[in-house]
Amino acid sequence: MEALMSLMVGVLTACGVYLMLRARTFPVVLGLTLLTYAVNLFLFASGRLTIGAPPIIHDGATHYTDPLPQALVLTAIVISFAMTAFVIMLSLKARAELGNDHVDGRPSQGDAP
Amino acid sequence: MTTLTIAPVLIPLLAGTGLLLSRRLIPLWARRGFNLAAVGVQVAVAVMLLATVSSGEVLTYNLGNWPAPYGIVLVADRLAAWMLLITALLAFFALFYAMQGTDRGSRHFHSMYQLQLLGLNGAFLTGDLFNLFVFFEILLLASYGLMVHGGGARRIRAGLHFVVLNLAGSTLFLFAAGTLYGVLGTLNMADLAVKLAETPPEDVGMARTAGLLLFAVFALKAALVPLHLWLPAAYSATSAPVVALFAIMTKVGAYCLLRVGTLMFGPEAGPVAELYTSWLLPLGLVTLLLGALGALSADELKRQIAYLVVVSVGLLLTAFGLDSTAGIAAGLYYLVNTTFGTAAFFLLADVIASRRGAALDRLRVGPKMSQAGLVGGLFFFTALLVVGLPPLSGFIGKFLVLQAALESARWPWILASVLTAGLLGMIALGRSGSVLFFKTAKGSPIAADPSASIEAWQHEHAGNGTMRLLAVMGLLALCVGLLAASGPMVDFCTATADQLLHPQGYIRAVLAPLSAGVNP
Repeated sequence: MEALMSLMVGVLTACGVYLMLRARTFPVVLGLTLLTYAVNLFLFASGRLTIGAPPIIHDGATHYTDPLPQALVLTAIVISFAMTAFVIMLSLKARAELGNDHVDGRPSQGDAP
Repeated sequence: MTTLTIAPVLIPLLAGTGLLLSRRLIPLWARRGFNLAAVGVQVAVAVMLLATVSSGEVLTYNLGNWPAPYGIVLVADRLAAWMLLITALLAFFALFYAMQGTDRGSRHFHSMYQLQLLGLNGAFLTGDLFNLFVFFEILLLASYGLMVHGGGARRIRAGLHFVVLNLAGSTLFLFAAGTLYGVLGTLNMADLAVKLAETPPEDVGMARTAGLLLFAVFALKAALVPLHLWLPAAYSATSAPVVALFAIMTKVGAYCLLRVGTLMFGPEAGPVAELYTSWLLPLGLVTLLLGALGALSADELKRQIAYLVVVSVGLLLTAFGLDSTAGIAAGLYYLVNTTFGTAAFFLLADVIASRRGAALDRLRVGPKMSQAGLVGGLFFFTALLVVGLPPLSGFIGKFLVLQAALESARWPWILASVLTAGLLGMIALGRSGSVLFFKTAKGSPIAADPSASIEAWQHEHAGNGTMRLLAVMGLLALCVGLLAASGPMVDFCTATADQLLHPQGYIRAVLAPLSAGVNP
């Protein structure tokens, strides 16, 4: 399971970085989204992967899942969700203002009124 | 007394929410007054907090009353209170400037302004690494909104880059925090400091990786070379009061580098000791020089000032990189001067742009501006302050940094870089000043380009120019005050640096169990 998890984090990060370096806003937004998925998985795994164990310590429990990463991931998901929403709105605004979806607003067209 | 620690977070939160909800209910002047009053209260709170902690006491506030390593803790020591006061004072004058008409540009300016302060204050106070991330996101989300405030193609384009870059930075931050938690099992900064010092040998590599990832994140926020390229574009495109407030944003990065560098990776951190200082000094010096070259090459005043911000970041981090009490103290003194000085300069550049018609703040021949004597005098004063020439506080700050540098083994490098950068900055500003104020022509030889016309329109519809100059003068007066009170200020900075380099007091205050009754 550890191998699968780390593979997923790696593949998502690689795809995210690749897409983020593209020249159009849509792939960039997708890249950022993939990157946040990767980091969410990573955070989730930072408390070690445990299956079928309760997230609390109580008498008689021999092992447990670390509950803190779950709380961290929840926070990170909420924040990244809000950020994605914002960056999509900004990209749409940039498309409207600059007349194209190039991340640099393509100067030759951007200068036209 | 412990409630005082959380007040700088609560006041902007409540004020920002109140402003958001009451936007349709109360008129603009009432919102302006409310916002200014809220910032005024924050200044008062910061002064009280500073007075309380100046004795060396470290105040803590356990959120939800969970004891420290398990819950989130807010910590106010000398450095945090110092930063809070600078932020609140800066915000007051920037807001005063914005109230003269700039705040009409978007509907939620005032609530976003308070939320930005919430993020800043929280970042300075928090003692938990993940909570620092959350406050970073709050301040960034507010700054995205403020940054594109007023709109226009140029602002949106610069804003898009700023947002995407910072989102990538946030992802790095999470990777770093996750790694530290995975290795050490805690996110409380004081607890991390204790555990990092006892890192088992097989985990040292991971801990160092996480530490350097954090370094990259903070360097991005602080605009340290090679992560400085976003700053000139972003700062020169946005509106004046916003960029004046942003003068503290690079200092957030510098603050985090200092805090994390001394607390978690300080001299007593065992296997991960001195992780940051070996990077800070060379990168700081390169930042200084590249910033100064940028200032020479800039073709408009705002961009030039933005490069001078990069220069100041370089000098600041060079001072912090000296890793001595004198160096950090000099940096803290210089930090105040550069924050207020560059903020005043950005505001002044906007005033200048509003009086030069279509020439705006471009460094070309333009029409003669009204009140040229007064504006020119202020320009001269601010330029001296920012470049660091005697007799103003900029010079004292720079002098203290150089004096502290003499104790370092690398003093020739530091002196050569700092003095060269100073000379280049002086040439750049001298040239801009002579172009702006002496080379004037009747009529406007520059054809107005459409992207500039929006700004020109905004200037025409902006309020009273003299009131705007008042905000500039207020910030400059603060610098004069800093100069007049140099003795006590330097003493305080030295005490702060001493507290930072001996983090046991901080760690003890945070980790002391609740039952011991540490709360006064």
